[in-house]
Amino acid sequence: MKKLNFLKPDIDNLNIYLYSGASLIFLAILDVFLGSFFKISIFSFLPNFLSFLFPLIIGTIGLHLIRIEFSGVKNLDLINENFNTNNFNAILSLLIIFIIIKVTPETLSWFILDANISGDTKEACTGSGACWTYIKVWMRRFMYGMYPNELQWRVNVAFLILIALAFVGYLPSEKLKKFLTLYYVIIYPIIAFILIYYLISGGAFGLEWVETGAWGGLSLTFIVSFFCLIFCFPVGMFLALGRRSQLPTLKYISIGFIEFWRGVPLITVLFMSSVMFPMFLPEDFFMDKLVRVIIAISLFEAAYVAEVIRGGLQALPKGQYDAAKSLGMGYWKMHIFVILPQALKLVIPGIANTFLALVKDTPLIFVVGLLEITGMLGLAKTNPKWLGFAMEGYVFAAIIFWIICYAMSKYSYNLELKYKTER
Amino acid sequence: MSDPIIKIEGMNKWFGDFQVLKDVNLSVEKNKKIVVCGPSGSGKSTLIRCINRLEEHQKGSIIVDGKELSENTKDIEKIRAEVGMVFQQFNLFPHLSILDNCTLAPIWVKKMPKKEAEELAMKQLKQVQIVDQANKFPGQLSGGQQQRCAIARALCMEPKIMLFDEPTSALDPEMIKEVLDAMVNLAKAGMTMIVVTHEMGFAKEVADEVIFMDEGMIVEKAETKEFFANPKSDRTKLFLSQIL
Repeated sequence: MKKLNFLKPDIDNLNIYLYSGASLIFLAILDVFLGSFFKISIFSFLPNFLSFLFPLIIGTIGLHLIRIEFSGVKNLDLINENFNTNNFNAILSLLIIFIIIKVTPETLSWFILDANISGDTKEACTGSGACWTYIKVWMRRFMYGMYPNELQWRVNVAFLILIALAFVGYLPSEKLKKFLTLYYVIIYPIIAFILIYYLISGGAFGLEWVETGAWGGLSLTFIVSFFCLIFCFPVGMFLALGRRSQLPTLKYISIGFIEFWRGVPLITVLFMSSVMFPMFLPEDFFMDKLVRVIIAISLFEAAYVAEVIRGGLQALPKGQYDAAKSLGMGYWKMHIFVILPQALKLVIPGIANTFLALVKDTPLIFVVGLLEITGMLGLAKTNPKWLGFAMEGYVFAAIIFWIICYAMSKYSYNLELKYKTER
Repeated sequence: MSDPIIKIEGMNKWFGDFQVLKDVNLSVEKNKKIVVCGPSGSGKSTLIRCINRLEEHQKGSIIVDGKELSENTKDIEKIRAEVGMVFQQFNLFPHLSILDNCTLAPIWVKKMPKKEAEELAMKQLKQVQIVDQANKFPGQLSGGQQQRCAIARALCMEPKIMLFDEPTSALDPEMIKEVLDAMVNLAKAGMTMIVVTHEMGFAKEVADEVIFMDEGMIVEKAETKEFFANPKSDRTKLFLSQIL
């Protein structure tokens, strides 16, 4: 048996190093755990500053002891490779573990243990944690805005139909597959518009009319995001092509358009769309506020999409253009079949970025008096009966936005994988 | 003597201030095979890129199959459909399978029914011996296979003339032969070809005429045997002594 050297652990005395190291690490984690959950400190006999740092010190020593390369123990090797490659990484790993343990009790207590959800008045919230009662009571407002309660089934039905129709793409046979793009790009948005116009807005077929000013909450977030995404993409694509066009008029109009919209803040665009724009319209011409807002956001984001797509167009080798031209393809055929499929594939991450930003920009429509989910939140937190619950509201909105955006980013990542081809 | 299928008269081209082509005159008759050689930067590639107007010439005239190349785009697309081109870097469309690479232009430019286009493509792929790769993507093929696919793709348009822009320069030495074989077969089938290449063996085997270019001018133009046996200008002699 080889002599023990605690400065250089080796495989010969694997078990001794492993047990001593593991017990030190266990002790360190136990101390932090007890400290944060039960306010007990194992090392309280030490001077104050030492007892604070002690878990870190013995944890690092423990990790040093178990750092044995090619030990043959699978899990140990895994730990060493991923968290414990050297002393610095060992300290970082320990710190992260400690921080997670430290914040867990507070988070748990605020979100669940000391939170209230029963009752439907402010007085029901007695605990020191979150008051989910507030969210529960205001839920309808957060989801549907000022939309009349008894008519909210119409919003639900419209969205359910739209979600069902979105999955059509997974159904058809090979024969119908080629119409899918047409369906998603043109037919689906038209169906969506008709559904929203007749079902949510109403005014025909015996359905009561609900003005767009009453729409709001999460459903409005979806409506605005959906139509803006659909409109800004083709507009952006044409702007990108226009900017690279040989025709000077088209080129400079595109450049001017892009640079104008990129140069102004969204909030001023929205303000102008609702206040300035109607001044230029004839007296009897009426365009709904929501429609104006959707057009404004679409044009604004189209400028960004255009620049993203232009990046993709520029990344393609010139040979692709040469090859397409040499086969007798004209401008449109070349772009539709050869250039755009490749360029768009390249810019999926950039487009996803722009779209995420768009969704998170929708709260700004409060400047024209449309209240989507965060707008309703602002309304709810100033209600005299429910003062002091801004925190719960914003956490709730953050969670909702995070879910939407994470789903989108996951989807874009899947698209990337799906269309990945080798060069 | 039939009318030449390509007739270039007094063609000049500038890139900015730099004159790449100086007073080029060239006529190519149907079914002839022309090899263009010369040092790099001598304007060989530019010359053949002018023939299907991937580059525009500024002076002189180029007449391809009875139509003069002009600014009129509609005509250009028609002419390009009749002139096949093979590039140094293959330039296959990486997002399409080999078969789709070949059928794309026949279907959308010549309005050929899909089935017919696929049959034609399979025939051409068989000619260049990559029919078993038809459903793969360009990225999965070797350079030689990609270049042969590029030849098949150009042939699917059933062109009257084929232009080759250094088709073997980007290939590993082992793969050069398979591409040259495909080109020799094509030549034997009677295609009109203009080939920019440094493969003198290929020139000797199939070319009817060899053109030597230097500094944007055609220095020497002669029948193949004559060209290699009795080069007239000193510049050609020097070039040949270095390359052979």
